[in-house]
Amino acid sequence: MKRTLFITLTALCFAAAIFAAPAAAAAEEIIITGSTTVLPVMQKAGEAFMAADPGISLSISGGGSGNGIKALNEGLCQVAMSSRDIKESERKEGKGKGVNAVRTAIAVDALVPVVHPDNPVKNLTVEQLRGIYAGRITKWKEVGGKDENIVMISRDSSSGTFETWQELIMAPDRTAPSALSQASNGAVVQAVAGNRRAVGYIGFGYLNPSVKKINVNGLEATAESALSRKWPIARELYVFTNGAPAGAVKKLTDYLLDPQKGQKAVAETGYIPLSGK
Amino acid sequence: MPVASLRRETAVRRILAVIAGCSLLFLGMIMLFLFIEGLPLFSTVSVSDFLSGMFWYPTSEPPEFGIFPMLVASCAVTLTASAFAIPLGVMTAVWLTEVARPGVRRICKPLIEMTAALPSVVIGFFGMVVAAPLLQDLFDLDSGLNLFTASLMLAFMSVPTICSVAEDALFAVPASLRAASLALGATRRETTVRVVIPAAFSGIGTACMLGMSRSIGETMVVLMTAGGAGILPGSLFDPVRPIPSVIAAETAEASFRGEHYRALFAVGIVLFLFTLAFNLAARHISEKNSAGGR
Repeated sequence: MKRTLFITLTALCFAAAIFAAPAAAAAEEIIITGSTTVLPVMQKAGEAFMAADPGISLSISGGGSGNGIKALNEGLCQVAMSSRDIKESERKEGKGKGVNAVRTAIAVDALVPVVHPDNPVKNLTVEQLRGIYAGRITKWKEVGGKDENIVMISRDSSSGTFETWQELIMAPDRTAPSALSQASNGAVVQAVAGNRRAVGYIGFGYLNPSVKKINVNGLEATAESALSRKWPIARELYVFTNGAPAGAVKKLTDYLLDPQKGQKAVAETGYIPLSGK
Repeated sequence: MPVASLRRETAVRRILAVIAGCSLLFLGMIMLFLFIEGLPLFSTVSVSDFLSGMFWYPTSEPPEFGIFPMLVASCAVTLTASAFAIPLGVMTAVWLTEVARPGVRRICKPLIEMTAALPSVVIGFFGMVVAAPLLQDLFDLDSGLNLFTASLMLAFMSVPTICSVAEDALFAVPASLRAASLALGATRRETTVRVVIPAAFSGIGTACMLGMSRSIGETMVVLMTAGGAGILPGSLFDPVRPIPSVIAAETAEASFRGEHYRALFAVGIVLFLFTLAFNLAARHISEKNSAGGR
């Protein structure tokens, strides 16, 4: 009987601890939702941010850029992550509800096509890349390489990288179903490094000597060409707030833009930091 | 004292019943959850479009949810894996019971059963890093990540299951049957092929079904080695995307309760029905076995 009592008491204590903890920490909560492309940066930076400032707790979720902006307009979140600019229709909708969406760029997402180091192909145009991934160009010979099949390696269709590629290279076509899909940037690098006929695309931060980067439209992929927006497969990643960031939200955006803090998380997740800005 | 110990016994019995009930309840609720989350998809996508659609573009506008290539991929991978695993597993079992000396058997059987404990991610990694490049160079393939490699790795996984269950079935064949056959002048080979194997046939069938259900539900191995191209395979060396790998690769990114999320749960329902069918078949065969044995 005593033992039962003891167990019950312990359980009650645990329950109390579980329910009480959020209540105590909920002094200030920032709800963040939106693009799954921005999500890993926010998660990485968010963890460090919360550790540095225990008074503010972040609730971070994905759901896509459109859903994030919608949530901001409806007052369901304070910060919307987005991998694209706000649409005029969305801005109007927000105005109608008294929400003035303000954009803050936090990183640049740039993708690089890569091939096996033995592949003689150095340059591809955007049209050629689209043709390859749509399944119209199937031999390396057609783009100046060897007489071999092209093995295209893509990402699974729900990843942010896939979406970027789709938007900036493929649209209005779609990636052919015959593309091999890999679950991460790292897996694409490994697959391309192990296959002389393969082509893949990865985030800037994942380039390494085991694969060869391809120039697009004669332009070399460098952090400079991506930051200057010359690189054709790059886009800025944003957070949107209602009005200019203020209070706890301002602390968060300042943290994200700090070259020593948030921008480090940007680089670590494979995106290009907004250096010197 | 007797009263107290009796009381304790009923208490223990009740606690066990509650624990057993809990695990059943949780499993039932997981199943219920699967259906609650998956079925609403069919208010926007018809069941026939879902099952026979050729394209899976869950994030494009408008999205397309066709899983036919994945269904074919799952079946193809399972059948090919079984083509390797069933002969290997059953013949190993026959060798263990009928040919190997008891000492050898005592060492080999636990060894084989131990390989069943190899984590699937290890087998998948081996397939990706060792087997795939090897096969790619050997057969001059476009990619080593394909149906064949995935099947080979799945066969690795199901051989121990098939072998161990089939071995139990063969071992359970009464010694009197063997003795009678030998006494009638049959050789050992004839006894094995004509008497022992037919007597254990349904047990061997159960073994095969369990092995196949393990292959079809296996996720990590196919995710890592099948290549993940959503096409109908034209040859053994084409990349494919079996059902479990789709769920594993996309669930984390699907927006909660969105159409994509529902579609993945609907895919889960299909997979669930598949494995359920295999397990029911296995049970049916083994029940027939125990009824016929008596």
